Amino acid sequence: MEIFAIVISAILVNNIVLMQFLGICPFMGVSKKLSTAVGMTGAVTFVMVLATIVTYLIQTYVLEPLSIGYLQTISFILVIAAFVQMVEIVLKKVSPPLYQALGVFLPLITTNCAIMGVALLTIQNSYNLMEGIIFAISSAIGFGIAIILFAGIREHLDLMGVPKGMRGTPIALVAAGILAMAFMGFSGLV
Amino acid sequence: MSQLKNFSKGFIKDNAVFVQLLGLCPTLAVTSSAENGLGMGLATTFVLVMANIVVSLVKNQIPDKVRIPSFIVIIASFVTIVDLSMAGFLPTLHASLGIFIPLIVVNCLVLGRAEAFASKNNIGSSAIDGLGMGLGFAFALTLLGAVRELLGAGSIFGLDIPIFPVTDKGAPITMLIFVLAPGAFIVLGYLIAIINQLKKS
Repeated sequence: MEIFAIVISAILVNNIVLMQFLGICPFMGVSKKLSTAVGMTGAVTFVMVLATIVTYLIQTYVLEPLSIGYLQTISFILVIAAFVQMVEIVLKKVSPPLYQALGVFLPLITTNCAIMGVALLTIQNSYNLMEGIIFAISSAIGFGIAIILFAGIREHLDLMGVPKGMRGTPIALVAAGILAMAFMGFSGLV
Repeated sequence: MSQLKNFSKGFIKDNAVFVQLLGLCPTLAVTSSAENGLGMGLATTFVLVMANIVVSLVKNQIPDKVRIPSFIVIIASFVTIVDLSMAGFLPTLHASLGIFIPLIVVNCLVLGRAEAFASKNNIGSSAIDGLGMGLGFAFALTLLGAVRELLGAGSIFGLDIPIFPVTDKGAPITMLIFVLAPGAFIVLGYLIAIINQLKKS
């Protein structure tokens, strides 16, 4: 039951992009086309789950026993940055097709606050490792739903007769606002 | 470029939020009131100025290949300083900004200035650049926070502005949606449209 609540909450009620504002940069940046949105979702899911596991282990087995919790920010960002680099190298060697599909998005992920945000939230909500992994997967699904829906909307926006001053980013932001309003309908579900 | 121009470019011309669309996560998340926006803006300004100074000091010692990780460590150190001092001196503000204080470290604006400006210029211009861009960011966040607070709660910086009709009990009838998540996107969208028009004329 606990697990179910985490999943529903992370995907719909507290959607990571539209309700918590994590990962807005890729949300605005790569949502112009449906195919890039799907690719970005794949890369984010992959890195988010693995980064959450690694940072959880560091927090529990290094930072807490040595009581150096104040190094959390520094160590987490370094681990995530190193980790993304490593994933890129391994992927290039092991699976070139997957690297082709996700490769261009990987460097962008280091400064994606959704990754760091989910790692920090896992610690803050004092989840155990299993709950942390489920939380990370659900958050990534939530990210995917939001960005793919938004990419679909933006592809249609291009064909609309938008007033001159609102073209481009302003109308995209207003559309995102309306999408967020739709997601507010889920509040109270859990 | 004169130092004055260097300082003032961050306010409108190259404004981080309205023009370059950098650092949107904290921009949207913490601006439910003008006070939160200003607090976040000033915290980022401090990190930006200090990181720019240090990066510009050590730019010749750092090998080119490891410069990005080194910049991130420098930035993360100052973020930790801000995080801990804010928790000590301003606990209420720290609580309402929450997870977004440690997340200054992944704000693309800070890394962007370190890479694009401080790693190529001397200490003086880097500090001024950081101050200008930071205060421009703070200005954008405060403006966004003020508009949202005014429309959603009928006040600015906690001071009541009586522009809304009131109920029998005297409470103003406001548009609550603007302090909630969707309002952030919508207000920012309109502000960017207005700034674009101002820049054109």
